[in-house]
Amino acid sequence: MSTSIVNLKVGETAIITGMQTAKSAIGQRLLDMGITRGTHLLVERVAPLGDPIQIYVKNYHLALRKEEAEDIHVERTAEQTETT
Amino acid sequence: MTKTTISVAVAGNPNAGKTSVFNALTGMKQNVGNYPGVTVEKKTGTAEGSNGTQLHFIDLPGTYSLTAYSQEEVVARNFILQDKPDVLLNIVDATNLERNLYLTVQLIEMQIPVVVALNMHDIAVQRGLHIDCDILGRFLGVPVIPTVATKNEGLLPLIKAIESHRHNTSALDFINYGTALTPHIDQLQTALTEEGQSNARYLSVKLLESDGHEQEELLRGSSQASTHTQFVTDATQIIEKDAGVSASTLIAEARYGFVAGLMKEAVKEGSTKTTYTDAIDKIVCNRILGTGFVALCIYAIFYLTFQLSDGWEFIPWSGEDGFTWTTPVGVFAWIFEELLPSFAPKGDGAFASFINDGVIAGVGGLMGFVPIIFFLFLLLGLIESSGYIARIAFVLDRILKTFGLQGKSIMPLIISGGIAGGCAVPGVMATRTLREEKDRITTMLVAPFMNCGAKIPVFILLIAAFFPQDQTLMMGIVTIISWSFAMLAALVLRKCVVKGEQTPFVMELPPYHVPRITSIFRYAFQKSGSYMKKAFGLVLVVNIVLWALMYFPRLDTDAYPDASEEELAGLQIQESIAGNIGSSLEPVSQLAGFDWRDNIALLGGFAAKEVIVSAMSTAYSMGEADPGDIEEQTTKQPLSQKLANDPNWNPLRAFAMILFVMLYAPCFVTIAVIKKESGSWGWAGFSIAYTTTLASIVSVLVYQIGLAFGLGL
Repeated sequence: MSTSIVNLKVGETAIITGMQTAKSAIGQRLLDMGITRGTHLLVERVAPLGDPIQIYVKNYHLALRKEEAEDIHVERTAEQTETT
Repeated sequence: MTKTTISVAVAGNPNAGKTSVFNALTGMKQNVGNYPGVTVEKKTGTAEGSNGTQLHFIDLPGTYSLTAYSQEEVVARNFILQDKPDVLLNIVDATNLERNLYLTVQLIEMQIPVVVALNMHDIAVQRGLHIDCDILGRFLGVPVIPTVATKNEGLLPLIKAIESHRHNTSALDFINYGTALTPHIDQLQTALTEEGQSNARYLSVKLLESDGHEQEELLRGSSQASTHTQFVTDATQIIEKDAGVSASTLIAEARYGFVAGLMKEAVKEGSTKTTYTDAIDKIVCNRILGTGFVALCIYAIFYLTFQLSDGWEFIPWSGEDGFTWTTPVGVFAWIFEELLPSFAPKGDGAFASFINDGVIAGVGGLMGFVPIIFFLFLLLGLIESSGYIARIAFVLDRILKTFGLQGKSIMPLIISGGIAGGCAVPGVMATRTLREEKDRITTMLVAPFMNCGAKIPVFILLIAAFFPQDQTLMMGIVTIISWSFAMLAALVLRKCVVKGEQTPFVMELPPYHVPRITSIFRYAFQKSGSYMKKAFGLVLVVNIVLWALMYFPRLDTDAYPDASEEELAGLQIQESIAGNIGSSLEPVSQLAGFDWRDNIALLGGFAAKEVIVSAMSTAYSMGEADPGDIEEQTTKQPLSQKLANDPNWNPLRAFAMILFVMLYAPCFVTIAVIKKESGSWGWAGFSIAYTTTLASIVSVLVYQIGLAFGLGL
């Protein structure tokens, strides 16, 4: 089931299925940073004050605000449903 | 025989070790400047080749891509397209290969010979990553050389590869852009090739990826620009209909797809996650402890900067009573207050005064900042190259976002005096760590509201005189007021002046590295050097003008036979051009309770805030009595007592003055630095105008409202 990154809990993994803002400048930036369809990601942590979030994608750590993360659609990967 | 010079542009992701490679290759033979028209720093350097060739390196700004998202990307791309370097040296982080190769693919597409340095190769090996450079090189069509720049490994093979491959462009057109894109790319490429464009393939892909403004830029040299633009507009619409996503998405996916395939062939995975980075982040980005660590770190930087430059006496020195210790600021003070004046002409003449008060004092005041800037950038360099600065931004972003700023803005604000006693000059310089121009401009416009070390003496003077019971409380209130104004001003500026949407916060959190001491020192030297060079001329000129305003016209001393030397100095100021300006401003300044003497002091404060207290003490030295009829004891009182006893002064006037000094125009050194960092006199001028306007409105309002409530009696 498709959902947004911001709905994932810390420790959950998912596969990116699409991005709403792909045509804007920020969308281009996210594409450049490796937020492309089919990419695996792990939600690593939420900042102490609740925003931004940190994800692990394409072997590196990326911080982004929830506003930007909201438009990134993902599908939870199967193994994670067991742990949560 | 003439030497062959090969120009090599160094490109790569931020944090890929680009600076380390550049430093290792060029050693001390470096020049720092700016790219024309922008504030992006441009470093160049040279190295000897193996057979008499000379290699000229240009360090491009670190970028993740060449899609013109940020100023850095535009600079990097334009340099490559316009200056056409012989070779592109692409620094690739071996531990973060996938995202780094995304840029590599774009560089190769530009049809300029590329050499890849696979940097931090040792760390990759440590982590059990096996990267086959031969396969990587064969697939990319360019030489791939493993390097460890921090240990000077792989540099010679790198130079040899640059020399031998400088005419070999890769035939990389094997990225499969897919059925939706390829026909359009091919068609555009054919048209552009016929027109004689040299890198038609690159341009075709780029045009389909870009927005309207960028297409215009790319097609500037084309005779058929409008035809191409129309073609691209139509094509992107068709592509979007066919594929269901934008052309730019497909292009990014095709590049990453190619890279993923390459990774499969050339890399045997070990454990790629950096365990120690995760372990450190578990503590320093912890939900409960994270904010505390940031606060501690910021305070430590602030404390150490000011202790190292003017707190701890650690330089051996010979003082009046023989051997002693002093601080770096002490050394600079000695040079400009004792050494240089001893060579300067003596006496009362205009020339002597010009040299001593105009030139030496001006330059000396400026040089006093140098140790602070040096140590600050030493510590900032440490935080930056260790990787922690990204975590500070991560932790604090939420708060600063509320005011239209972002996480990294905190550093410049603190340095400027967010903890009372900083300095806006290094504060504004530290805005360089902000990648987004809007954030950078907004931050440098509000940073001067912070209470720098030169404003503090004014506050202490007035607080001691009028709020003697609550001195600590008042200093606390003053700090809170200046933060409030800075934050509110940021909010308003982002709405009305530095308009546009909130800049997004998308930032890599790089793995932690142990910083190299030599490169941090080099960084600090370069920063303090460029500060001296740039601010020097301007401040000198301004100081000479100010000196002249207070020196001319000369007072006829014979008219005041009974006046003491101190009183004469006061009279001289009153009768000078500056004094007349001060008096003429009285009708306005009286609204906030300021008289002509305050006006002179505040005008002097435009040059440097340190001037305020010294100008006030000179101007008030003549007391309230008529010239020539001054009682001795009034001149002997300390200024704060004199103000406290002055019937025209009261807590309300003092508070209005505190607010004005806190908010009004930044000093000239800060202005010069704002001009330099923003790249325009416009922002520097705006900064003077809006702060002074705000200061006037606030202080007049406070004074008048206070009067209405009967406070100023």
